Amino acid sequence: MLSLQQLSKQYKNSELALDNVSFDVPSGQVIGLIGPSGAGKSTLIRCINRLIEPTHGAIYLDDVELTQLSTSKLRKQRRRIGMIFQEYALVERLSVMENVLSGTLGYVSFWQSFFRKFPEPLLQKAFGYLERVGLLEHANKRADQLSGGQKQRVGIARALAQEPSLLLIDEPTASLDPKTSRQIMRLIKEICKERNLPAIINIHDVVLAQTYVDRIIGLKAGKIVFDGSPSALNASVLTTIYGKEEWNTTPACEEEVSIAPVPNFQTKLELAI
Amino acid sequence: MAHLETSAKKVWQQRMTFKRWMGWFSWLFILSFFMLCWQAMTQNTLWVFVLDAPTQAADLIDRMFPPRWSYITALLKPLWDTLNIATLGTLFGIILAFPIAFLAAHNTTPSRFFVRPIALFIIVASRSINSLIWALLLVAIFGPGLFAGIIAIALRSVGFVAKLLYEAIEEVDKTPIKALTSTGASAVQVMDYAIIPQILPTFIGVSLFRWDINIRESTILGLVGAGGIGLELQASLSVLAWPQVILIVLLIFITVILSEAFSAKIRNAII
Repeated sequence: MLSLQQLSKQYKNSELALDNVSFDVPSGQVIGLIGPSGAGKSTLIRCINRLIEPTHGAIYLDDVELTQLSTSKLRKQRRRIGMIFQEYALVERLSVMENVLSGTLGYVSFWQSFFRKFPEPLLQKAFGYLERVGLLEHANKRADQLSGGQKQRVGIARALAQEPSLLLIDEPTASLDPKTSRQIMRLIKEICKERNLPAIINIHDVVLAQTYVDRIIGLKAGKIVFDGSPSALNASVLTTIYGKEEWNTTPACEEEVSIAPVPNFQTKLELAI
Repeated sequence: MAHLETSAKKVWQQRMTFKRWMGWFSWLFILSFFMLCWQAMTQNTLWVFVLDAPTQAADLIDRMFPPRWSYITALLKPLWDTLNIATLGTLFGIILAFPIAFLAAHNTTPSRFFVRPIALFIIVASRSINSLIWALLLVAIFGPGLFAGIIAIALRSVGFVAKLLYEAIEEVDKTPIKALTSTGASAVQVMDYAIIPQILPTFIGVSLFRWDINIRESTILGLVGAGGIGLELQASLSVLAWPQVILIVLLIFITVILSEAFSAKIRNAII
């Protein structure tokens, strides 16, 4: 259970990037965070694990308040927060297995990690996560030999290796083709359900978000302007979030490939984003 | 669009007028400076000697040939010493350079205002002094011999390797660093997992390149008494034994070619 309370972020010499954002994420709920570029989506999820320091407000992960922690206590809490990145953020010259094991760095000593002497239980778990994301046979390949979708799976396995209580996911599909995007989103959703993990996913593709998340939060200029179920997302809500656009017009040829619960605005939406 | 059609034909210029003048004056300045330098360079030249040069060169080459091949037995040990100076010097140099590079790179230094300037000073000091001058100083301190040569090569290499390495550290991809920081890894673990794998190819490449340079530099260190084949060169030059000098030069030439081929092979194998 994650709880954000009146979270604000002010960058130097600019407008409020986050303005009084409050919401709760119950266990197992997958939230899609949507909004135009510059709305503060990335800032929001980076404030939670304090890659960016929030200016005001409080963040509770279970019973721990994150914003006031000292460096060493923050490190302990960061172990519980898995993060998945748009550009995968793997270490390309290390093997797939080393990349997965790098998720456990917070649990082992420097010398254990330096000599790659990870405790046997951690190794077995890491193999388990690789198997879960379907990459077990690639364990000893170098990460730069993988395709984009495979790299993102390694990123997911690394996040799982942290034994997280929360997943923060920053545009997981922005560098992937449509089919791989759907596979990755499905995998994330399944994993969250299996482990009863809460997750926040920054995502630009509204249709993809509607298909795979439990709840959508719309952010505009640092404020929450929508918070509800994916099915409640209609043209007027999208106008509130993204600004005026012909959400409902769709070229005829596009209709047969429609796959989403609310199918009629995806083309224009992609143009608007 | 109507406005564009009715207005006068647009003229495109590559640069603004001011910039064109600046360009013109720059060329004028470069040319004048070149002529000034040429004058300074030639005013103390005795042209009789210059005109005489081809004859002198031909005479010198004539004295050098044939090389004194039997002298080679006396050269093998000094050549081995030279290789050792270069290799051990490079080894000590890169061992020192590795931590200094991390102290100097602005994204890994523990303190930008205190440690970083010191590290940068060490790098500049090492780089600005030629290894021959380091050797001169060190021969005065340690006495003549291989040890002074090894330390001279090491001190010169520190700056070179550390500079190229810290630039590589500053240019690493930052997303893996963020990713590993967000897993709760400590700063040294992040360095070990996210930075070192990214700079390792540069480190190996630069070290091999420096070793290559050091083979060449260590051949002349003997001129100031720091051991190696340069000592023999010095001895042969001072008694005008030209057939020996040409043999030493040939030997150095072959050694350098072999070392370049060798380091290129290793570089390709590792990277």
